[in-house]
Amino acid sequence: MAEIRLERLHKRFGRVVAVREVSLEVRDGEFVVLLGPSGCGKTTVLRMVAGLEVPDGGRVWIGGRDVTRLAPGRRDVGMVFQSYALFPHMRVFDNVAFGLRMRGVPRAEQVRRVREVSELLQIEDLLDRYPAQLSGGQRQRVAVARALVIRPQVLLMDEPLSNLDALLRMQFRAELKRLHREVGSTTLYVTHDQVEAMSLGDRVAVMREGEVVQFDTPANIYEHPATRFVGAFLGNPPMNFLPAVVRWEGHEPWLQVGEARFAAPREYCQALRERRDEEVLVGIRPEHVVLGTGPLEGEVLVEEVLGPQKLLTVRTLGHLLKVTVSSQASVRPGDRVPLDLPEAGIRLMDPRTEQALDRSRNRAAVSGNPGPLV
Amino acid sequence: MATYAAALTLSAWVLAPIALIGLAAVTSREQLYRWPRPFWPQPVTVETLAFFLRQEGVVRALGNSLAVAALTILLATALSAPAGYALARYRFRGRETVQLGLLTTKMFPATALAVPLAVAFLRWGLYDTLVGVALVHTALSVPFVVLIVASVFRGVSVELEEAAMSLGCSRLQAFWKVTLPMALPGLAAAAIFTFILSWNEVFAATLLTVNHRTLPAFLVHSVVAEGAPLHFRYAGGFFLVLPALVIIFLIRRYLLTLWGVTVR
Amino acid sequence: MSDGGHQQTKRSQPVTPYLLVLPSAAYLAVFVLYPMLHAVLLSITEPRTGTLTLEHLRRMVTDLHFWPALRYTVLITALAVPAQVALALAMALLVQTRFPGHPYFLYVCAIPLAVSDLAAGLIWLSLFTERGYLNAILLRVGLLSSPFNFLSYESPGWLVGAIVATEVWRATAIVMVVLVAGLQLIPRDYAETAAVFGASPWRVLWHVTLPLLRPSLQTALIIRTVLAFQLFATVVTLSGRLVPVLAGETYFWYSLYRNPHVASAYATLVLLLSAAVTWVYLHTLRTPEEAA
Repeated sequence: MAEIRLERLHKRFGRVVAVREVSLEVRDGEFVVLLGPSGCGKTTVLRMVAGLEVPDGGRVWIGGRDVTRLAPGRRDVGMVFQSYALFPHMRVFDNVAFGLRMRGVPRAEQVRRVREVSELLQIEDLLDRYPAQLSGGQRQRVAVARALVIRPQVLLMDEPLSNLDALLRMQFRAELKRLHREVGSTTLYVTHDQVEAMSLGDRVAVMREGEVVQFDTPANIYEHPATRFVGAFLGNPPMNFLPAVVRWEGHEPWLQVGEARFAAPREYCQALRERRDEEVLVGIRPEHVVLGTGPLEGEVLVEEVLGPQKLLTVRTLGHLLKVTVSSQASVRPGDRVPLDLPEAGIRLMDPRTEQALDRSRNRAAVSGNPGPLV
Repeated sequence: MATYAAALTLSAWVLAPIALIGLAAVTSREQLYRWPRPFWPQPVTVETLAFFLRQEGVVRALGNSLAVAALTILLATALSAPAGYALARYRFRGRETVQLGLLTTKMFPATALAVPLAVAFLRWGLYDTLVGVALVHTALSVPFVVLIVASVFRGVSVELEEAAMSLGCSRLQAFWKVTLPMALPGLAAAAIFTFILSWNEVFAATLLTVNHRTLPAFLVHSVVAEGAPLHFRYAGGFFLVLPALVIIFLIRRYLLTLWGVTVR
Repeated sequence: MSDGGHQQTKRSQPVTPYLLVLPSAAYLAVFVLYPMLHAVLLSITEPRTGTLTLEHLRRMVTDLHFWPALRYTVLITALAVPAQVALALAMALLVQTRFPGHPYFLYVCAIPLAVSDLAAGLIWLSLFTERGYLNAILLRVGLLSSPFNFLSYESPGWLVGAIVATEVWRATAIVMVVLVAGLQLIPRDYAETAAVFGASPWRVLWHVTLPLLRPSLQTALIIRTVLAFQLFATVVTLSGRLVPVLAGETYFWYSLYRNPHVASAYATLVLLLSAAVTWVYLHTLRTPEEAA
């Protein structure tokens, strides 16, 4: 079994706390992505799993073994670096076989396994070349091959696609998914690109300033972000936020945005009970905002044509909202249009803590802590 | 246009004296003393050079210089390589102090070192030995070589070492299999830098040797204490300059790395 | 450096870097710091009794060569260093224009890096002696009818000039390499921005390039001045003892007069001068924080 367990990892560099009490669990065979802006600590977490950094506090378990203090070479991990780190003075074959050589695998077996993994990654023709003679995409493949050939318990990847151009990046995303399906290794993947995270991860851990803010499937994170930050970070364009006041009419809560009245989603009933007449933050994604009907009025400022859709910037109540509409829509900059915020698209957050309000149905997905570790 | 004119003038200024000493070295003694001295020796002759080499002690001095340089390279590399690696790879408290210390040591003149060391060497039995001179040359070159080596190691990405470690190497193995092979050209250049420094060093070598002189020490002694004839001096100058010239040509790609290392 | 199977305990500074630095640090302490202190001690200690004395200093200062040596050392330095820096700057800027063939130019100008002050002295000797190449040229060109003795005591001005010329020829290369390296560190954006805003090449040089080059200039000046104070073989080769210099006197007092104490006194003086001049440079050429 090759699961990864992180227990309250803590790391500081000088006075800066890079990783703050991070706890996480990656199941055997699962593909987990650490997502966050630069400086959020995701790479540091990965390096602690690899053994390239020693945590100041907490523990790392791989396959049931406490590897916290173990040297990188003893942890049976395969790692792909952002810059690929291919040994320039060795041919591709020797690069890929390096880990096998370190493990004392006999030569014949080395050749067999290198061929096997080269086929998987389609680099059979490149084995005799030097890294300097390869393109970026080819180097990336070799780096992955080198990590996979040793059949590690766990695969670690540090932004492996960020040095590729946009087109290659898309192709490789599909490749990595295919590889993961075929090889099935437990993978921990670091990226700042939320599209990558959403498409590759079985589960995504969103990190910010050293902490895991939300850890769930991509769908859940997208649909129900735990904080304002998560809502804004995932999804392109990001989630919109408007201030509102909670009102109660009898047993029905509703939201007052400006002078307009909007129905509050059922799940928040419990949470809203304690917030009569208090401020709350309404989050709604651009694709959920409805144009053409509704109690709010807005002025269209900018129109951006994005192929199958149009992205509009609409000003209402002094806020700028992003709204996506079909490219057929006949709205023009300068138009004044009515807006609706349908109940299904509304997410509520506390304006001070910027945390999502509890939804009575599913509490665990909202917080960042997956519960006490046994 | 002006650029070329300036460049040509400066180049000529640099090359002319060297060309002239080369010419002087292959001019016969008779022509060297003639007035006015002809530029082009007729015929080109090795007479002057042969005369120089035949003088007692010259060949031995050449050998001594080579031996001292070789010793210095070994010792200086052995001392500087670990320190350079530490500066390149580790962030440790006191790093700034080390770098500052190296900088200040560079400014201590060989002049000031040579006299007390001569006195000390007399006591330690190292006076007038090649080992003694090599020890001093090492002390003079270590501050430079450490910084050169540090910059060479810094040029080898640390991720390569980390990749090797993640594939099963210990830190030492990663250094040996990955970093060192890639650093070899730079280290070779550092060794050559040390050679030039040792080969050319005059003051300490002069003060510290009597019977085991290096070439510079031998020449100074001949010129100052024994009033050697002119053609002897010219030949001596030629031999001093020749190997270093060849070497500078060989390492021309590393010139900036080596001497520019003093730039912060 | 081997970790075995385990790394260092947390929260403790790894000990490895200190171990790696130790050999060279210890070596330098023994072979540089200790002699330094010893030199100072030698210059103020009575050889047999070990008591402190100013006798050696007195002998040094009252020696007839002392004041000339001090004057000449300072004079040669004051003449040679600015000339070197100016020439080196010209060379470095030329290299920076990247004109076709500039790598060869760089290599040619760097050749004197391999030349010691002794070799330089011997080379330029062939130029300056009475029957040397310089006189031969001047005769051929018609400026002279009989050889002029540049290197005689009758023409101390020419003697010093010859020494300065030799030193400038040799040491410019060192400054040039430092400046080229420094120039390469300056991003081109600055000069290009200035040009777009209307600055002529000279003004770009004065207002943008030189200020940004200040750290390199400072380093180069310190190195060259300190080394110029130690000039020995060039002077001795070209002038014997006609032009006394501090390093030369150190040599003579040790080898000729067999007095290591006065020799140390001279050596200490050179050390103090170097330290003083370094301090002055560091303070007058203090770099603004942003340019660093």
